[in-house]
Amino acid sequence: MTHVLEGALVGVILTTLAMLGSMRWQVGLRAMAVQGFMIGLVPLFLLGEDGGFTRAVVLAAFSITAKAFVYPWLLLRALRQTPLREEETPLIGASPSLLSGVAILALAFWIGRAGHLEPPQPLPSPLVLPVALFTMLAGLFIICTRNRALSQVVGYLVLENGVYLVGLAIAQESPLLIEMGSLLDVLFAVLVMGVAIFHIGRTFDSIEVDQLSTLKD
Amino acid sequence: MIPGLIHLILGLAAAPLLLSVINRTKALFAGRVGQPWLQPYHDLAKLLRKGAVYSTTTTWVFRAGPMVSLAALLAALFLLPFGGTGAVLSFQGDLLVFVYLLGTARLALVLAAMDTGSPFEGMGASREVWVSALAEPALLLGLAAVSREVSSSSDPGVSLSYLHQQMTPAAWVNSGVVLSLVAVALGVVLLAEAARVPVDDPTTHLELTMIHEVMILDHGGPDYAFLLYAAALKLWILAALIVGVVLPSAVGVPVLGELIALAGVTLVAVVVGVVESIMARLRLMRIPQLLIGASSLAALAFVLERQGGGLLR
Repeated sequence: MTHVLEGALVGVILTTLAMLGSMRWQVGLRAMAVQGFMIGLVPLFLLGEDGGFTRAVVLAAFSITAKAFVYPWLLLRALRQTPLREEETPLIGASPSLLSGVAILALAFWIGRAGHLEPPQPLPSPLVLPVALFTMLAGLFIICTRNRALSQVVGYLVLENGVYLVGLAIAQESPLLIEMGSLLDVLFAVLVMGVAIFHIGRTFDSIEVDQLSTLKD
Repeated sequence: MIPGLIHLILGLAAAPLLLSVINRTKALFAGRVGQPWLQPYHDLAKLLRKGAVYSTTTTWVFRAGPMVSLAALLAALFLLPFGGTGAVLSFQGDLLVFVYLLGTARLALVLAAMDTGSPFEGMGASREVWVSALAEPALLLGLAAVSREVSSSSDPGVSLSYLHQQMTPAAWVNSGVVLSLVAVALGVVLLAEAARVPVDDPTTHLELTMIHEVMILDHGGPDYAFLLYAAALKLWILAALIVGVVLPSAVGVPVLGELIALAGVTLVAVVVGVVESIMARLRLMRIPQLLIGASSLAALAFVLERQGGGLLR
């Protein structure tokens, strides 16, 4: 069981690195869907004990549906209707981003190393907290360094995945309703951001957020 | 000692055969028959019978290049374990010596290429150094990750042979994730170091796009034979290294380990052939991304282990 959990967590790291190392939106969306699936599997292993199995299965099912299918589909739908064919011109290029990703990874593992941060309950794997920290920091990095609206939404979802992992690790006793509520929140956020991407694309013929400064007058 | 020597002879004799395996795999994909299995040996024999011609602008550096290159690779072969038994030579920290022997072979080749004064060879030399500088972190980090994975604090010291003997099937059960990451990283290093597609194309005949091949344009006769043999040997060394540190060939049964290792080396050659058949060469500017990606995988493997045996627990 632990092996599957650790495989899923390593998959989360790999998909995040793929997003950092690629400037193509196809890669970003695909990696996001795969990551959503991996993250969705985690509750099965973290919440499985003491009668919480039904809750874990329900949560995993909803997470996988939302993160691996609904969000990518919503973003893809928004993209289909926007003129988006230009290359991204990010603040930090692909290779430096990937190197920064490795640095963030080392930092996350150093902060979240065993015995340094103590979770309230013992976790089945010492990887959970470092991976959660890495995912949050990497999501923040993507939001800060990319200048296309779509990449920033992807960064936001990566950040949210990290928060979700922390939530699973620390608040294992939180009621199902709260988890569902947060999933619903993100769903609406993605919906709104999809609509926003669509309108930005319509107004400026591009979804580069730098273009938004022309709104001044 | 005796099995180590047998493996040494096996590597020396069978290295050119790997080129045939790659060639046959590519031929299979293209629907051709492919060259005879022993063609690389015939090529070498033909070249060795010829005389060498040296340009008057070259110095002893040019003549020393092939010899030093081949000698360094031979020395690296002495450190390489195979088939579940240790290498002929092994000592603490020989992984670093191994990596730097590969570097010495490359340095001799690069200096010889620069010595000709040809602009094409200088360009090839510059690219070769550029690619290997990017591949070296992946190689070292990959080896470091495996070392941390299999050794404990009570061990006397880490050598390639030691790593190899720890690589039992149980190691895979415990730390399969780390080992698969390292395998992918080292595979990319092999493609870059052995000058195969997608980093370099060994069959190209346009100087502007060559990396390895353009550096040896001015060598002829026995010198060229040395270089061809050194390239084959390098492929064997890297393939055996991947098999040695990743494939669980230390099963304890003498002949079985050797068979597993041989099958592994052949499999690596087949994979290289498949990659070469289904992929185009990368644009030169994309190569750093590939190699940095490989280094990131190796770094990830290293960090996962740093978690204090997290994956082993």
